[in-house]
Amino acid sequence: MAILSVENVNKRFGGLKALDNVNLQIDAGTVHAIIGPNGAGKSTLLNCFVGRLEPDTGSVMFDGSSLLGIQPHQINQLGVSRVFQTPEIFGNLSLLENVMIPAFAKRDGSFTMNAWMSVSSESDLRDMAMDMLADVGLEAKSADIAGQLSRGDKRRLELAMCLVQQPKLLLLDEPTAGMARADTNNTIDLMKRIAERGVTMVVIEHDMHVVFSLADKISVLAQGTVIVEDLPENIKGDPRVQEAYLGGAHL
Amino acid sequence: MKMFSMDKKDILLFLCFSVAVLTGPIILEPFGAGYPDLLQKFAIFGIFALGFNILFGLTGYLSFGHAAFLGMGSYTAVWTFKLLSMNPIPAIVFATVMGGLFAALIGFISLRRSGIYFSILTLAFAQMSYNLAYSVLTPITNGETGLQLNQADPRVLDVMFGRDYGAVLPSSDFFGLDMTGYPGFYFCGIVLIICFFIAMRIFRSPFGMMLRAIKSNQNRMNYTGFNTRPYTLAAFVISGMYAGLAGGLMAVTDPLAGAERMQWTASGEVVLMTILGGAGTLLGPVIGAGAIKYFENIFSAFNEGILMGIYDFLPETLQHIMVSVSGLFVGEGWHLTLGALFMLIVIFLPGGLMEGFNRIKTLVTNRTGGGSDGAATPAAAE
Repeated sequence: MAILSVENVNKRFGGLKALDNVNLQIDAGTVHAIIGPNGAGKSTLLNCFVGRLEPDTGSVMFDGSSLLGIQPHQINQLGVSRVFQTPEIFGNLSLLENVMIPAFAKRDGSFTMNAWMSVSSESDLRDMAMDMLADVGLEAKSADIAGQLSRGDKRRLELAMCLVQQPKLLLLDEPTAGMARADTNNTIDLMKRIAERGVTMVVIEHDMHVVFSLADKISVLAQGTVIVEDLPENIKGDPRVQEAYLGGAHL
Repeated sequence: MKMFSMDKKDILLFLCFSVAVLTGPIILEPFGAGYPDLLQKFAIFGIFALGFNILFGLTGYLSFGHAAFLGMGSYTAVWTFKLLSMNPIPAIVFATVMGGLFAALIGFISLRRSGIYFSILTLAFAQMSYNLAYSVLTPITNGETGLQLNQADPRVLDVMFGRDYGAVLPSSDFFGLDMTGYPGFYFCGIVLIICFFIAMRIFRSPFGMMLRAIKSNQNRMNYTGFNTRPYTLAAFVISGMYAGLAGGLMAVTDPLAGAERMQWTASGEVVLMTILGGAGTLLGPVIGAGAIKYFENIFSAFNEGILMGIYDFLPETLQHIMVSVSGLFVGEGWHLTLGALFMLIVIFLPGGLMEGFNRIKTLVTNRTGGGSDGAATPAAAE
């Protein structure tokens, strides 16, 4: 059953047609990768899922409700979490606080005037956040300031921040961009573990190593439109994919 | 009870703060600041800075227009004196409420922008309020003369309870206790303690944590499921209420309100206080407010006569040169000293005086081989 269904989505930037009639069905419990050459419209498409961009026409339905015309925080409250290309964390706060904050959002909603409560009395959320940090291997650093972490650790923290909300859909925008090989492999292992728990993921990625070790299904986007959608083993040999990536040159 | 759970460290901090405020007249006596007029100023500006810090220090929105709420509080308090009663309680309650309402209005518009645009918007609104108070609003504000009490004021509540001030101009009194001198200071001091307690609760609450998160990364907050607008507006209104309360207390200790209280220099002063003390720390703004008011008091009191006395030991020509040079920094020119002091702090102690205290604390505890009570852990500037 499709948890995210994208139908006939079009988006123009002036004269440029960034998305040309995109159709996409993401099945619950699967890892779906969206690949494509630079400028294919991958990030534009992702931004249409999270309320940052509004498509000109078409529909984006998530779990029975439309994602169009609502704010990013409302989309998150529906159960969609997002990982950014550059990790977006709370750099001035401790790791524990970084993970507790999303847990508060999940429990208390988008705004609560809880100025008279005390954070230190929230032992349930604290335990939950500590478990999550342990899960990504950062529990020893829980009191550290997040801004001082390495790139790979920041990514893991960001994943913990998303996972603590138990999202129905996790969107990842080039999760291993700019990472050393060791960090990339650690991140892939972590994402594999997450996928095994049945979290639905949409991954946008350049790195084929990442894509083929994770994805259940791959959509190839070129010039704003989905040219192929298939299982990973079939994608590798598909001539249309090679043409899109290599501009028609024969190997 | 879950709601009132407080860390032992916080209880200790609160008790120390309360004792320090209440024994202020004794503690500050050796520094020549142990007299009520100055102590009142410490308390009132402490409240002002404490509230401003919730917006600027926690949420990261630099308002340059908080004097508007201070002025609003003063006008409201004087009007309450005129219409209702000389008792300070209704005056400060209304001042706080009006400060908050005014802040809700200005905040609602200004918070559509952030960064420098937000600062400019708040500055514009405050200057607008200042000019309106001087011109078209003269029937309410009494323009340049300032709003004053009058023997013929109705004072409905006072009349109802048979409180008669006779033929003299009344002054505010708390059930018969005159709000000048020490009673006036203790009234402000107790309000300051209550305000400090509330600020401490906000700092330690999930709400306070969200404000710090907004300062840290507003984009992530949105994608984490928080609607940041109501959070920033709530912080703005709370700080406006603190400012209104401070303005109200100014009128309690001296029942008079003038438009100059809304001027941008007054808005700038609270920014200086907060940064000087340490933005984002609990105690810093109160200390910053105290420091600025203390130095203002000392340096502005100097005049040429006193300076001549100080440089008496020098030969006459040198004495005259020294007097004319240092004369620039005192009296009317004490702002020059303030500016120099501010520059030194910002360059060498970006975290304000609180950072300085913490550095000294770590230095001392390191030297004594690590304190025994665990105070050696750098408690993140609180």
